[in-house]
Amino acid sequence: MTDATTDTTGTARFSPLHDLHVSAGASFTDFGGWQMPVRYSSDLAEHHAVRTAAGLFDISHMAEILVEGPGAPAFLDYALAGKISAVKLGQAKYSLLLNEAGGIIDDLVVYRLAEERFLVVANAGNRFAVVPALAERAADFDVTVADQSDDLALIAVQGPASRAILEATPGITDPAIPLDELKYYWSTDASFDGAPLLIARTGYTGEDGFELYIQTEKAADLWTALTAAGAEHGLVPCGLASRDTLRLEAGMPLYGHELGTEILPAQAGLGRVVALAKEGDFVGRAASERGPADGARVLVGIAAEGRRAGRADYELFASDKTGADAGAPAIGVITSGALSPTLGHPIAMAFVDPGHAEIGSALFIDVRGTRVPASVVALPFYKRAQ
Amino acid sequence: MAEPTTLQYTADHEWLLVDGNTAVVGITAYAAEQLGDVVFVDLPDSGDEITAGAVVGEIESTKSVGELITPVDGTVTEVNQALVDAPELINSDPFGEGWLIKISFTELPALLSFDEYSALIAE
Repeated sequence: MTDATTDTTGTARFSPLHDLHVSAGASFTDFGGWQMPVRYSSDLAEHHAVRTAAGLFDISHMAEILVEGPGAPAFLDYALAGKISAVKLGQAKYSLLLNEAGGIIDDLVVYRLAEERFLVVANAGNRFAVVPALAERAADFDVTVADQSDDLALIAVQGPASRAILEATPGITDPAIPLDELKYYWSTDASFDGAPLLIARTGYTGEDGFELYIQTEKAADLWTALTAAGAEHGLVPCGLASRDTLRLEAGMPLYGHELGTEILPAQAGLGRVVALAKEGDFVGRAASERGPADGARVLVGIAAEGRRAGRADYELFASDKTGADAGAPAIGVITSGALSPTLGHPIAMAFVDPGHAEIGSALFIDVRGTRVPASVVALPFYKRAQ
Repeated sequence: MAEPTTLQYTADHEWLLVDGNTAVVGITAYAAEQLGDVVFVDLPDSGDEITAGAVVGEIESTKSVGELITPVDGTVTEVNQALVDAPELINSDPFGEGWLIKISFTELPALLSFDEYSALIAE
């Protein structure tokens, strides 16, 4: 497991919305080199607000990279694991940036903004790995790769009331596609207060919701307008703590936990994201075709009873014996875990030996010296009612 | 709810309300805020003999695990059973209903005053 690299400059970065978060009483945490809100008041209340009404997230730390030019579709087919040339105008696609060994440099969302223009959105902590990798891979293509992360803010509105809130927000105008017709993983151009606004029906919470890309100068006005319009719909600002429990319940991987350069997509259940059927070479193809080594651990969901949660780096064992059998090696390790706020019992994602990966397999979590019984369950843990 | 200015404190972010040779122990509002929403507490049993500095319980939030470290030698005389059933009391009322345990002690170590503790967390 590799941790996401942090900002190479070593100094903390701040969101264009930082002052608003301070005024709202947020607590902050370092995330990928950025000082971002971890919670405003209660992370449980923020979690439940997203499941039942709506939450407002500042995710301006995410990296936005514009890829443009006649060679852009072919370039992205070569540089990324997915068949990006097949993405339709306005559509979004979840993809991976692989290294030659097939390991994951980052997971990304790619938006096709025009026939020859794509927006690639990467994790904050991987910005300085992704941008150089893309630039290097672009050498033989007629394409430009431009890091726009410092110019763009990103605000997510997530939860069942999201669409109503966006429609009620003054200043958000002229969506090319009406929001009630905008499908999941599609985006549309719109305006906010005269500035270009990209509205995407994407997210990282397992709920319906939108992600709004706006120039940094307009970000505070947009945040304030959404907050005001959302008040009567139960919208609350949400920090990274609730974002983490929401994405975990939805079975969504987090780079540095479920994904890393030593992990092949097939191990993490992302084999479908690697388009082995696409024509031509792409970085990581040969290794992806070989696949993980025999016996390589695979990612599973784990559930337990009670309230003691297994957390990242806690080990998994086949036996609850800690005495004579204490020498029996671990059969896996948790990558993310929490007491699920929605389900009320502990959940975790973990890499386990293939012999213990079947749904229903019984195992034990070593919770600080105590073996807590658990079992392998299907992902995601939580799926919203349609 | 106890008045925070009248309590004594440890550098481990615990508070003590001392009455005779009995102390009520809890964690401070600052510690509760750092932990986030508390979802599970593991407390010692009433009657347990405890030694100052030992870890005798755990306070888990959605994001992290905090340790309950006893500030004094003594015997646990009571545990807050309501807190076991409703761990969120630590967040809503850390100096009151969110108390953790009562300890009967013979000797009290040097503790921090409200002003000293306030200076510590302001650093």
